[in-house]
Amino acid sequence: MIILSKEKLIDVKDLATYFHTEEGTVKAVDGVSFEIYPGETLGVVGESGCGKSVTSLSIMRLIESPPGKIEKGEIIFNNKDLTKSTQKDMRKIRGNDISMIFQEPMTSLNPVYTVGDQIMEAILIHKDVNKKQARQEAIDMLTKVGIPLPEQRVDEYPHQLSGGMRQRVMIAMALSCDPQLLIADEPTTALDVTIQAQILELMNGLKDQFGMAIMMITHDLGVIAEVSDRVAVMYAGKIVEYTDVETLYANPKHPYTWGLMHSIPHIEKDVDRLQAIPGSVPNPLDFPQGCKYNTRCPFATDKCREIEPEIEEIEEGHQVACWHVDKLEEAKAKEEKEKE
Amino acid sequence: MEWQEVLLKLIKNKISLFGIGIIIFFVIISISAPWLAPPADPDDPYMIPRAGWSIQPKPPSEDHIFGTSEGQYDIFYGIIWGARTAFRVGLIVVGISTLIGILIGTIAGFYGGVIDEILMRITDVFLSMPFLVAAIVLTTILGKGLDNVMIALVTFGWMGTARLMRSQVLEIKAEEFIQAAEALGANDIRIIMKHVILNTIFPVVINASMRMGSIVITASSLSFLGVGAPTGYADWGQMISFSRNWILGSQGNALQFWYTVLIPGLAITFFCLSWNLVGDAFRDILDPKLQN
Repeated sequence: MIILSKEKLIDVKDLATYFHTEEGTVKAVDGVSFEIYPGETLGVVGESGCGKSVTSLSIMRLIESPPGKIEKGEIIFNNKDLTKSTQKDMRKIRGNDISMIFQEPMTSLNPVYTVGDQIMEAILIHKDVNKKQARQEAIDMLTKVGIPLPEQRVDEYPHQLSGGMRQRVMIAMALSCDPQLLIADEPTTALDVTIQAQILELMNGLKDQFGMAIMMITHDLGVIAEVSDRVAVMYAGKIVEYTDVETLYANPKHPYTWGLMHSIPHIEKDVDRLQAIPGSVPNPLDFPQGCKYNTRCPFATDKCREIEPEIEEIEEGHQVACWHVDKLEEAKAKEEKEKE
Repeated sequence: MEWQEVLLKLIKNKISLFGIGIIIFFVIISISAPWLAPPADPDDPYMIPRAGWSIQPKPPSEDHIFGTSEGQYDIFYGIIWGARTAFRVGLIVVGISTLIGILIGTIAGFYGGVIDEILMRITDVFLSMPFLVAAIVLTTILGKGLDNVMIALVTFGWMGTARLMRSQVLEIKAEEFIQAAEALGANDIRIIMKHVILNTIFPVVINASMRMGSIVITASSLSFLGVGAPTGYADWGQMISFSRNWILGSQGNALQFWYTVLIPGLAITFFCLSWNLVGDAFRDILDPKLQN
């Protein structure tokens, strides 16, 4: 693990983003706290609809309003609370200090402009350069993200590029103004596995080269293991477990994380059936009372059905929101015994 | 698709080439009007010269190669200078109403919510009035004259474009690249001008091309009904209105005054047809569902 400086780059405190729809209030993100240090990668993992993307869009202040609204909490970035910034100030931060890569490289590029035009857009917005210089910078960025023949590619349209190439272009766009924080919202989900590996490798390399921090949002635990320093596991709008990546994989403390780990096939283990987490994600309009995981949790008790556990530090650098960490330990011990 | 590619396909397509040919023909006529039909009074070239005061039209002759219509207005002169009027009315009315429509449709679609609601209800109010009747009433209020006809046609001619544009913008707004541009720090004006309009403009262009012909017909109808251009003004619609009493000739010779109806009628038909052909071809090229 790399040595982290003590100064936090971004500090999210008790963030809550709700969507007020006609059917009712959707608490997409409900009291989430985490921090990212310069130069590290924070992985945010969870099932679809658990609030990962809404968290990232809240940081960018790109939540569509109405119906979305940041209800409470602070997002401290460079000593400024982004939840209180005006849209005008946010436009200076977006693309310049905080950039974002989206999930779908196929649709995240405008089909009517060349890739060069689109990379130049961020440069022209944030830097005081003329078109010629911007074009040169765009070519340099294409070189950095490993696109062959950048002078030729810069004048090509998105439809002339493959998915992996387009994601590289997206990365080039995001990094063109040398941001301090890169939010990657499932950047490899739409790509096939070999290209995924290339893109992750590229992002890791560029992270060191540019000295930026990455917030990696994904539902893929494999991706998290590959790139993250620390991981936040989200479930139904809350962080349920928050620790560094080694601890998480070696010693998951939340039943949900444990369930997720069990549902991954392992090449070295020979099992007949993968263990799946029973049930499905609760309807955000109608969350169960108490711990939101209680409907699917094998250890749930009456306490879980009544009172929602707060996230607490149970070991140094390991936060969990669960009443029954001990029960999970028993189950793990039992499992070990059975193996022997 | 790029502009060059679209243009190339327009030229390659036989039907649209025919349409473009007719348009170019009319453009040449308009430009060379002062030489084809030298005006008697250069300060007021749009007034058709009269060859007398007799009511009955006279057939084509050496002096008046298309003949003269009721009141001895020279048909040839009217057709030549009327081409200018047609272009003027078409381009100005379609141009301004399309711009208004794009503006209103884009703002309504992009911002949504209350703004959308207000703008679309205003659009509905305008749409609820029958187009021709509303145009006639407004022209009558403003007073006779081509400028007032154009104002009336613009006033009641932008709603279709606004609705079309709004639906296009709603579709494009949901695209990820709009969000990506926002995430790069682009402001609304930049996003609208660069990312939204260019991705939505083609159907509007097709629509505008189709409307060029129909607007000229509408303007002609207003002239025909007597609320359009002043009497004697070189306007195809007015020339047809001159022939209103002469559509049927005398007994035993029904086609006696054919030239008074047929010649201005053909001019309008071909003008309208040409824009429709180009618009059709445009749509075929740009609509991927119709390809192959």
